[in-house]
Amino acid sequence: MFDTLILILDSTVRLSTPLLLAALAGLYSERSGVFDIGLEGKMLGAAFAAGAAAAVTGSAWLGLAAGILLSVALALVHGFACITHRGNQIVSGVAINFLAMGLTALLGQAWFSQGGRTPPVSGDARFANLVWPFAESLRDVPVLGGLYSELLSGHNILVYAAFLAVPFSWWVLFRTRFGLRLRAVGENPAAVDTAGISVAWLRYRAVICTGILCGLAGSYLAIAQSAGFISNMTAGKGFIALAALIFAKWKPVPVMFACLLFGFLDAVAIRLQGQQVPGIGEVPVQAIQALPYILTVILLAGFIGKAVPPRAGGVAYVKERG
Amino acid sequence: MSEELAIELVGIDKRFGPVHANKNIDLKVRKGSIHGIVGENGAGKSTLMSILYGFYHADGGEIRVDGKAVSIAGSQAAIALGIGMVHQHFMLVENFTVLENVILGAEGGPVLAGGVSRARAELKRLAADYDLKVDPDAVIGDLPVGLQQRVEILKALFRGADILILDEPTGVLTPAEADHLFRILRVLRDEGKTVLLITHKLREIMAATDHVSVMRRGEIVATRKTQKTSMGELAELMVGRRVLLEVAKGPATPGRPVLQVEGLTVRDGRGVDVVRDVSLEVRAGEIVGIAGVSGNGQSQLLEAIAGIRKVRSGSVTVDGTRIDLAATEVDAARMRRLGLAHVPEDRHRMGLVTRFPECENAILGYHHDPAYGRGAFLDYDAIRTAAREKIEKYDIRPPQCMLKTANFSGGNQQKIVLAREIERDPVILLVGQPTRGVDIGAIEFIHKRLVALRDAGKGVLLVSVELDEIRALADRVLVMFDGRVVGERAPETEDSELGLLMAGAAGQEAAE
Repeated sequence: MFDTLILILDSTVRLSTPLLLAALAGLYSERSGVFDIGLEGKMLGAAFAAGAAAAVTGSAWLGLAAGILLSVALALVHGFACITHRGNQIVSGVAINFLAMGLTALLGQAWFSQGGRTPPVSGDARFANLVWPFAESLRDVPVLGGLYSELLSGHNILVYAAFLAVPFSWWVLFRTRFGLRLRAVGENPAAVDTAGISVAWLRYRAVICTGILCGLAGSYLAIAQSAGFISNMTAGKGFIALAALIFAKWKPVPVMFACLLFGFLDAVAIRLQGQQVPGIGEVPVQAIQALPYILTVILLAGFIGKAVPPRAGGVAYVKERG
Repeated sequence: MSEELAIELVGIDKRFGPVHANKNIDLKVRKGSIHGIVGENGAGKSTLMSILYGFYHADGGEIRVDGKAVSIAGSQAAIALGIGMVHQHFMLVENFTVLENVILGAEGGPVLAGGVSRARAELKRLAADYDLKVDPDAVIGDLPVGLQQRVEILKALFRGADILILDEPTGVLTPAEADHLFRILRVLRDEGKTVLLITHKLREIMAATDHVSVMRRGEIVATRKTQKTSMGELAELMVGRRVLLEVAKGPATPGRPVLQVEGLTVRDGRGVDVVRDVSLEVRAGEIVGIAGVSGNGQSQLLEAIAGIRKVRSGSVTVDGTRIDLAATEVDAARMRRLGLAHVPEDRHRMGLVTRFPECENAILGYHHDPAYGRGAFLDYDAIRTAAREKIEKYDIRPPQCMLKTANFSGGNQQKIVLAREIERDPVILLVGQPTRGVDIGAIEFIHKRLVALRDAGKGVLLVSVELDEIRALADRVLVMFDGRVVGERAPETEDSELGLLMAGAAGQEAAE
């Protein structure tokens, strides 16, 4: 029983990681007043770029760099449309999602001819799990041993990066000048402008942060969690991350717990596949897979109170009159 | 006060497309003085100050600060020159603390920790020096507007401002808060700061400034020493013709009752009774004014009578037809059919759809009238013709019935609403804050219209927080406090007595 729990928690951590990275990515953009429903597209683009680059170069780090680069490029497109040209942020986000979905499938097939996949990666082309000191020897210590060797040890570096990004993001947002200005520009850009700070440049920096984190999320999917890119491998994770972000009311630490919750449901769903649940029988896997979505709707509908987005979110800043 | 100039503007010129907002402006502001700039809405005051603060760039002319010609490329440059601005709409982040708002843009380093403690000490010093006390850890959204404004002033001073521009600072303040603001401005002046006060309220110019410049249609038409001018002269300079600050009206000749309210009680969403057992009567041919400090139930009373707010109990009788408001479903349309018209307090939220063209707003609420269309279709020719007639009659400017309503000035927007309601020939007109955000010329016009309506034998129920307005228009004054009508007085009653009633002293005591 305890072992099962540890295993579920272990896979919770793995499944939460891409959600967490993507939700934190959204946090930067949305806190600056730029809504981003294109997290999904950026993740998918990054996954493809990372998978392709890692397969070609044989280096996971180069794969990661390519993933981040493409994701930042897509984020800048979003920024160019929404910040510079004051376009509709939702439309731009949707466009990026479609662009990424189509382009990754098309290029994947054109370059690798494996039905939209990238060639499987292994060895240095994939992020290996880091085994912590003494993990093997401590494995048999009751309770603590399992916790240490399964839950803490044995993940790849991106998992640790994702969880470290939580306190780091909190620190950036609430303890630095950049964070203060970023939060201010999402609430009242006119206040930032009259303080002599460029609203556009600040928001661009925010979407670049979003791009970097989405790049990490996508790369994780392709060359850490899996061994290669598969067509449409994000499968809605960008939207779940968005739900987690809203659920957590745009705050870094609650974002982590929301992502862990969704990851946990996902882990349970996988675990329950084909299993008999006492009193119910075999639970259709679709029912469990739908849980995160149902939960989001229920929670947003009443249990967590009103999720108030950054006040200036979704609105381009116009200074001159007329 | 020295003879040195803090600011000198030479030949400042600015156009926005076809609008010539500032024409060849020359202005001298002495160091250590409070200099008022007065003018009607749209006279170019705010544009001029925005140029000084680097928000807009002048098309031509020169700005001199402390005798040196400067170019102000942006707000940062203005701040560096020691110019600070308190905007009409506060530039504050509502969910930030006072301290966070003050340091925004002047954090003193990439990591906040050090700057914050320095800012806290500086804020304490400023608060002591200029009597600007405010809790640095309070969240802006929880503070009353008077304190929010104080934070704006602190923001400017924190950045080392020697020249402080205040754009319409009293628009959102109660009279007591405004007085406090003026005291602060005097302290600032005595400490050697220069203050530029932009307003369209003459009373404030007289009360607070040392010098005053009058702007009209983008030009500065005169600069005076405040002591050597008068409200009358300034009003004339602003509008370009003689203005009557007092409305000429003869005694009322009240006739039959056209509106009777009995036992009206309104409970708001929080479960508080905001109107308590109010009864009143308005007769044909009289204006009844309801005075009171804002937020004592006047707004809800007006809305309840107009049929747009649910009531707990009470009835209204409009021109003989009695309606139990609590027992029957009423709406604005039904009340209108009875001959009741309503000019709501908040014209942007309730009186107009500002994105619609003028002519559509001119028929809002009366769009079912067969004169404006047949069945589901509107007859735009008829609508436009009707709108043009009203534009003519009410001198609405610019006279373009297809122009978006948002592009009219406050005074002209109010005239659009007034024209719509008065021209339906109601037996009783409810008016809330008819001249809020309206310039002098339009105030005069609106007041004349209301008196003319009275003289035509209609009843008018007027709610205003401006005691001067109540006094000028009303034939009888009711005072509301905490949801109740606490007294009825003649409009000639002393300020102090009305003030006591408005502050909640019981009616009998105030009369003794």
